[in-house]
Amino acid sequence: MASRDDIKFLSNPNIGGNEKKYCRFRKFGIRHIDYKDADFLEQFVNAQGKILPRRITGNSLKYQKKVAVAVKRARHLAMLPYVTDLLK
Amino acid sequence: MKNYEVTFIVDPVLSNDEIETTSKAYQTLVKDEGCSIVNVDRLGLKQLAYPINKRSSGVYYCIEFSGDTGAIIPKMELALRRDERIMRFLTVALDKYGVKYNEDKRAGKIGTVKKDKKEDKKEDKNSRGRNSRNSAKTPPPAAKKEEAAPVKKEEAAPVKKEVSAPAVVAASTPAPAAEVVTPETSVTPTPPAEAVAPVVAATAAVTTPPTAKSEEE
Repeated sequence: MASRDDIKFLSNPNIGGNEKKYCRFRKFGIRHIDYKDADFLEQFVNAQGKILPRRITGNSLKYQKKVAVAVKRARHLAMLPYVTDLLK
Repeated sequence: MKNYEVTFIVDPVLSNDEIETTSKAYQTLVKDEGCSIVNVDRLGLKQLAYPINKRSSGVYYCIEFSGDTGAIIPKMELALRRDERIMRFLTVALDKYGVKYNEDKRAGKIGTVKKDKKEDKKEDKNSRGRNSRNSAKTPPPAAKKEEAAPVKKEEAAPVKKEVSAPAVVAASTPAPAAEVVTPETSVTPTPPAEAVAPVVAATAAVTTPPTAKSEEE
């Protein structure tokens, strides 16, 4: 049986500690997402203007859908771009 | 009572008067239909994220109103569509959370997202601004107020305020004196006046130099 000293890894296996991801809307009791607030919505959008997936942002399904609706409304009102490269 | 919000973008090449008359035209349209206007928000001239009708900026207006039926909505949208001065519009039906959000926003309870990476004295939308909506008190503004006038409080009513002063973190000289006072008052109840009076005199003496320093600064 190989001991712990014999096993070598290329990268440290302790990297990437388990930070508990939470939905910020459920945690802080935010019930409504304003589509007019482009600064707030930019947190959920990547540098190309695309909506970030739930596994990255940590949102629950209910609030991820609301965020998506808000981002799409903001895009309609030209507060957020549909497609870009220079958002962040 | 159904609550609605209509946001529209007015052509910026028009004169200021024409832009205001367009928004007023829609306000009168809302009133004529028997709906009550809750709020008219002029978000002003903003850069568009992409060009609309070959324009790169526009004047944003947001009208929040409430009515019994939804009969006004098709009429208003038809008028907005026909109006050549309006580039885009969006009507939204607000639920109760949306109505409450707008009220809180008008009351100033909702903070904004920090753009710079500076340590926060302003409210962050994700933490304090939203948290303060649900909790009764807002600790950061209270802390600011206490920082601004801790000395005045202590000079005015030293005995009472020194009990609450330990909550103030930033005020360095009054805080140790306050911490000295509270254990004494709690541990020795029999000679409270004697113990407190000389300490009060000491703190008064201590606090006067800080006032001089702060006034100089």
